[in-house]
Amino acid sequence: MFRILKKTLTTGMLTERFKFPKDAELEQLGIEIKQQIDRRFSGSLAIRQVDAGSCNGCELEIHALNNPYYDIERFGIHFVASPRHADILLVTGPVSRHMQTALLRTYDATPNPKWVIAVGDCAVCGGEFGESYASCGKVANVIPVDVTIPGCPPSPLVLMSGILGLMKG
Amino acid sequence: MSTQHNDWCSEFLTRVIAAGIPVTHIEKSTFDIWQINAYDWQQFAEFAHHEGLRWSAGWAEQRDAQYLVNACFEKQGSYIVLRATLDEAAAELPSQATVYPAANRSERHTHDLFGVKFTDHPDPRRWVRHQAWPEHSYPLRKDFPAAGYPEAVTPPDMNYPFIKADGAGVYEIPVGPVHAGIIEPGHFRFQAVGELILNLEERLGYVHKGIEKIAEGRTPESLARLAGRVSGDTTVGHAWAACQAMEQAAEISIPPRAALLRGILAERERIANHLGDMGAICNDVAFIFAQVHFTRLRELWLRSNAKIFKSRLLMDCIIPGGVSCDILEADCIVVREDIKRLRKELDQLIPALDLNTTLEDRLYTAGFLSEPIAAAFGALGYVGRASGQTFDIRRDAPYSPYDKVAFKVAAENQGDIASRFWVRYKEIIAAMKLLEQFMQQLEPGELTTPWQIPTAGAEGLGIIEGWRGEIISFVRFDSGNTIARFYPRDPSIINWPALEKLVLNNIVPDFPVCNKSLNGSYSGNDL
Ligand code: SF4
Repeated sequence: MFRILKKTLTTGMLTERFKFPKDAELEQLGIEIKQQIDRRFSGSLAIRQVDAGSCNGCELEIHALNNPYYDIERFGIHFVASPRHADILLVTGPVSRHMQTALLRTYDATPNPKWVIAVGDCAVCGGEFGESYASCGKVANVIPVDVTIPGCPPSPLVLMSGILGLMKG
Repeated sequence: MSTQHNDWCSEFLTRVIAAGIPVTHIEKSTFDIWQINAYDWQQFAEFAHHEGLRWSAGWAEQRDAQYLVNACFEKQGSYIVLRATLDEAAAELPSQATVYPAANRSERHTHDLFGVKFTDHPDPRRWVRHQAWPEHSYPLRKDFPAAGYPEAVTPPDMNYPFIKADGAGVYEIPVGPVHAGIIEPGHFRFQAVGELILNLEERLGYVHKGIEKIAEGRTPESLARLAGRVSGDTTVGHAWAACQAMEQAAEISIPPRAALLRGILAERERIANHLGDMGAICNDVAFIFAQVHFTRLRELWLRSNAKIFKSRLLMDCIIPGGVSCDILEADCIVVREDIKRLRKELDQLIPALDLNTTLEDRLYTAGFLSEPIAAAFGALGYVGRASGQTFDIRRDAPYSPYDKVAFKVAAENQGDIASRFWVRYKEIIAAMKLLEQFMQQLEPGELTTPWQIPTAGAEGLGIIEGWRGEIISFVRFDSGNTIARFYPRDPSIINWPALEKLVLNNIVPDFPVCNKSLNGSYSGNDL
């Protein structure tokens, strides 16, 4: 226990003491996101992530949003376990045909009003996989998309500005 | 080829032939092809099993009106590719899955995509096919267009014949394909009594993207990009394996500096993934302290990747003939400092974890995979190494740059989640030492070897130790520098079935941590 406390104390608060050049940008983004969320979503935005066929690269970067450097929850953004709790679906991958119905059902299960963000080149335009016997291609081919975040995969900062883009849009 | 190879190989070959199985032997620089008759397919497997060969990969390809069916075996670091040629009209051969459980899903995959029938298969249900194409239609046949004949909405796979269990108090829990976290889709079907798992059946194939089909006709550069997206967390491993196969076919070898850079990229990928997994395992038993620190260390590691290689996940750094990135003297200093810091941090963190009763309580004895089962399935990477299977290509069949470094394979033998956790830790330590050795050996030099157009029909087999374990990548060229066939065998394809075994007699709430301790790639499995 002592070791844990010591490590915790010596590591300190990462989320407030940024040492990287881009962190001013991150803070600024965060503040803007928070303002928009406060205004439009009463302070909390629930996101349900759906992998509709990705290579899992995009998931790694979405995961990173929860690490102590980005800690996206402090801006009021929370990843939820059910589409029924979600305001936003964050969809990755080209939509594989085997996931098409699952994605449609997840979309239907999300209460209105709802928004869809297509994350990563695959979700935005089909990416490296495109359309085929096995892939429906971009997410917009299956469900309506409000905002796209290109990149292969988009970095956590790009993801954050994309989410902000939706709220400003 | 090592003399050791020739020893067991030629003796074995003599015995196989003496037993009445005719073999045509084609020697290649890095692997041998043994051509046999289709009807001997299963009997050969029995011999191979008796001889202690490990079944490693299986794939097929169509050439004109014939199918070539392949199975790759390994022993003591030497590989042979067994091959049978089938006429279109009689596309069947006896299954090897009766001898090697590892061949089970692979043969079903080949059947669903080629229509090659494996007779006496212990489980002839469909595998990768859900409802995106009809039963008697086979996407990897040449007459099947890449665009296929899709319906506007592909229906869900409702009637898959899952295994049933009944009895007093037995109930079923279906989970997925959409899971409750930020993870890939797949379906798990549990039969449980109370909290105890009696049986687990995995149903994968949800992220099948037709990778093998859309690889056809690509240029080498384009195939490297696609290979780097077979499983995003293994972009370096798969791109390397595919490039190694293509380079073999083109008969070129990469410059020493490029080989060292590939080694640096691969070890950086290994460390990043292990850090992420160690955090996630702790998170699944609600030990958030460790998760916070491991995700922090992973983030720092990825930022250095971005700084040096312009890509956090190291996408597209490996290209046919070499690498697309370089490492400057200043970058080497960054890497050395990273290593120093990571060592120091782990020295602080690891004792705190080692002495923690929560972790001890949840990780020890849970998710037990016995040595015999791990061996039977040919479990790879950290899953195998936690259950006494110490095979590591970097040591046992070293390719450049691993042939010039000292290296110790991490191993544990308790077979539980804790073992898989500690193997990852030891692999991080070993990977840091490898990074240091690679950087020390760096000399100024070329980053790529000029490409040579391979002859039509040239083939290559890439064999790389990815962070999850052995990756096998088969490539054949058509004329005009285009790809005729690409088959990447991710280690997940081999390891997934082990999860069905290691969860038995665990409680349902421990499934997430059992799953994370194995961490199979869905995308790498479904292709
Ligand atoms: S955009 Fe790139 S990282 Fe994301 S799923 Fe597609 S290939 Fe993978």
